[in-house]
Amino acid sequence: MKLLVKSGHVVDPKSDFSDICDILTENGIIVKMGRDLHEEADDLIDAAGKYVIPGLVDCHCHLRDPGYEYKEDIATGTRSAAAGGFTSIACMPNTNPVADNQAVLSYISETASRKGVVNVFPIGAITKGQQGKELADIGELKFAGAVGISDDGNPVENSMVMLRALQYSSAFNIRVISHCEDKSLTDGGVMNEGYYSTVMGLRGVPAVSESVMVSRDLLLSEYTGIPIHIAHVSTEMSVNLIRNAKKRGVKVTCETCPHYFSLDESACSDFNTMAKVNPPLRSEKDVNAIIEGLKDGTIDIIATDHAPHHMDEKNVEFNLAANGITGFETALPLAIAYLVKKGHLTMEQLVKKMCCNPANMLGIRKGTLEVGGAADIAIVDVNEEYTVDTSKFISKGKNSPFNGFKLYGKPSYTIVGGKIVVRDKKLMV
Amino acid sequence: MSALKSKHILGLFDMPVDDIQLILKTAGSMKYMLTSGNKRGPHLQGKSIVTLFYENSTRTRLSFELASKYLGASAANISASGSSVSKGETLLDTARTINMMGADVIVIRHPMSGAPRFLSKHIKASVINAGDGMNEHPTQALLDMYTIMEKKGAISGLNVCILGDIYHSRVARSNIWGLTKMGAKVSVAGPATLLPPQIEKMGVKVFGTVQQAIIDADVIINLRIQAERLSHCLLPSLREYSRFYGVDRKILSLAKKDAIILHPGPVNRGVELTSDIIDGDSSFINEQVTNGVAVRMALLFLLTRRSTDEAAC
Repeated sequence: MKLLVKSGHVVDPKSDFSDICDILTENGIIVKMGRDLHEEADDLIDAAGKYVIPGLVDCHCHLRDPGYEYKEDIATGTRSAAAGGFTSIACMPNTNPVADNQAVLSYISETASRKGVVNVFPIGAITKGQQGKELADIGELKFAGAVGISDDGNPVENSMVMLRALQYSSAFNIRVISHCEDKSLTDGGVMNEGYYSTVMGLRGVPAVSESVMVSRDLLLSEYTGIPIHIAHVSTEMSVNLIRNAKKRGVKVTCETCPHYFSLDESACSDFNTMAKVNPPLRSEKDVNAIIEGLKDGTIDIIATDHAPHHMDEKNVEFNLAANGITGFETALPLAIAYLVKKGHLTMEQLVKKMCCNPANMLGIRKGTLEVGGAADIAIVDVNEEYTVDTSKFISKGKNSPFNGFKLYGKPSYTIVGGKIVVRDKKLMV
Repeated sequence: MSALKSKHILGLFDMPVDDIQLILKTAGSMKYMLTSGNKRGPHLQGKSIVTLFYENSTRTRLSFELASKYLGASAANISASGSSVSKGETLLDTARTINMMGADVIVIRHPMSGAPRFLSKHIKASVINAGDGMNEHPTQALLDMYTIMEKKGAISGLNVCILGDIYHSRVARSNIWGLTKMGAKVSVAGPATLLPPQIEKMGVKVFGTVQQAIIDADVIINLRIQAERLSHCLLPSLREYSRFYGVDRKILSLAKKDAIILHPGPVNRGVELTSDIIDGDSSFINEQVTNGVAVRMALLFLLTRRSTDEAAC
């Protein structure tokens, strides 16, 4: 099976390539790249006027399977990912049961290979049951295919546990991904602490609740010399802390999510539960700092934190509403609209943050277009405007504050291992 | 006679000034009726009022019940315990059920901010917010404003000082919106841990001490301090609170000579206010309770008349 992608603008930051180029794939592998390839192929895609980029890599999503299949399952989650241009995704372990052992990890991997349509890389838990008390069997998790460990959804509150997790995991060359939050400072808060929480009378989550923990984790990483990855950075203080840490050589990487550079706390107005997420949408000042951090390289990665929920979990009082935003299908269009179109990032820089950097952090051979590599490709027309309709999401989760937003660049094609999963914006599987 | 623009009474944040004025004016007639001896009006005949209380309350609930009965409505109560609520029914499902039973007005008190607004989006009846979390308590603010009007003749230009636990107070928020809309100058003071961030953007002056805030005040609204604030490290002790943030004769002398004292109740005697002030001539705390019934009668009347007008159109 040969596939020829013609005349697209190919961007591959790893090889520093950005030019018009054809790509030929055969049996799931890229076999040739070059101008005006004249090859016989079983299928041909005319990508003229479009960007041809490595399939997006997400280092932070929730597939909800096993345990919460009413929110999402591996079949729907991976299809939603494909619709968003993702070809490789790493799912967080806060399932039920928690992915803190090789049995659950094997279930995820096997289900993904049978029912999934993109590459699924499970992330294991740092502690048993994500309880923050005893270390999970980190070595076994690694051997069962975990590409990282995280207690995401909850912080590892005890500093000694976090220190031991860093030390122990380093022998297995597996990255610790930290959800930074000091729960005692969150203190029941449900949105960012600021003017809007004051007006609505909702308990605020102060920015320091995140940044205090970022600071601790940076120090633990610096003290041990072991790399750490900070998940969903949302505050100006965190960006400044990480920027300074990087300057003095701390081996830290970090991610932010599309909602932290495109929305601020005002999105929660009128008690809009669709905008309820953890960490919460922050102030305008924080949003600007996140964009600045993306521009100067402090923030390495844009991850989705795809967090699908059932409508019943959002159609309640704000205090009771579940945290999270369904993210796969709007991530790239939001990044194009709010970062590339506004001149903050070039397309090349964006591809780096959504493909190469997350792949490098997880240690997987993805996120690049090279001869001999997997034919994981996304094709996108960044000039094509479209209106987000959350009711049309492929994901089971329709919880998104972006309904009705006019964005650019819904992926036209998603190719996973040489197979066309999305063609002309339509899911083929 | 003009009609109410608001379909629901969710808060004073988005209530037009015209509505506030109409409510206060109507409350005047209601108070006349209430104090006339014959407390039976025909205004709400054939209307049903449901009070839905997810939080304990004595005075607000009784106030609404009496207001409904004085005007001839049939009133029913649901409280969180001993109902489907305690069986885990969602607010949305409870609302739909009440809706289908044909309530004209639903009065809701709820521990979570925004619950009445949520309810109003899903039902046909008018919703009155009888206090939601830390968000708003519009009927309390309206009765405070009515009391101020009664005693001072007008609200515009007055210095109103709100003291105490501003952070947790829905009464403070509603009063700030209402009073500033009506042209009063509002100042707030309380322990730094009980002042919410960026409150000055709501149009008030923030003071660190009661002594500063109270200077030249025409009206002092004191808020109830909850003992549970102690366990959250927001206050060291009630004793310390009363010493630094309580109002006694000496502090009161910094306000205008004819300043009046209000309190949404119930009062912690000797904590927010000394007993001689509570029982003294400047205090209108008891009169607030009567005015509360009048204001709620006015609201129920205006809301049900509004829906009747709509049906006629």
